[in-house]
Amino acid sequence: MEMDDVFKALADASRRSLLDRLHARSGQTLNELCEGLAMTRQAVTKHLGILEEANLVTTFRQGREKLHYLNPVPIHQIGERWIRKFERGKLAALSELKRRLESEEK
Amino acid sequence: MSNSRFVYVTYIKTTPERLWFALTDKAFTQQYWLGACCESDWKAGSPWKLAFSDGRIADAGEIVEADPPRRLVIKWRNEWSPELKAEGYSLCTFEIETVQDAGTDAVKLRVIHSIDRLESAFIQAVSGGWPRILSNLKSLIETGSVVIPKKA
Repeated sequence: MEMDDVFKALADASRRSLLDRLHARSGQTLNELCEGLAMTRQAVTKHLGILEEANLVTTFRQGREKLHYLNPVPIHQIGERWIRKFERGKLAALSELKRRLESEEK
Repeated sequence: MSNSRFVYVTYIKTTPERLWFALTDKAFTQQYWLGACCESDWKAGSPWKLAFSDGRIADAGEIVEADPPRRLVIKWRNEWSPELKAEGYSLCTFEIETVQDAGTDAVKLRVIHSIDRLESAFIQAVSGGWPRILSNLKSLIETGSVVIPKKA
């Protein structure tokens, strides 16, 4: 698994929204993942392939169903390699500040 | 879906034999298991336990299947939290497979952890721990040091 593949896979809003859906509920079929999405089934299949290639999504066969799971291990490794190193505490304070300022604007 | 399950995958530049050792050697597990260690004789039917560094039992169970260096299945129950213990036994399967990763030999480690109940608090709890443990394991095998020495 190459870090480049993970960053490329994450550099797309549709793929990130698929990861969010799997984060909300892991273990979904392709049909379930397609529900309520403004994407064609073919597009979802293609995006899932890229996510699987980057090891962000894994699949498990249960009977006749192919279930998709979020694999958080590469994201964790990015966190360790690129975030923790640059002081997570300060980043948390900054993102909290950003959140508060932005919510005041509304 | 009538169960709760997580599937975790990591690729490690090592051999299946070395990874098997890393998963089953007590002293080695202590280096990446956030301060705890795994103990068993790793034969089907044998007891298995995960103990904190002070000796308290975190989780315990039994080896269901052991096929070194390919497959290990553990019947696994939390022992320190009454709420999690009440959920009963989960099943944790480790699958080790040789792959080619960027031209070098690597192994794919797949950990499948499931329990026969919906909305399991136990599976929710392990879902946060496994990525940290697997990151540590990968880092320890590949570089000789871990990223998170103790439970944060």
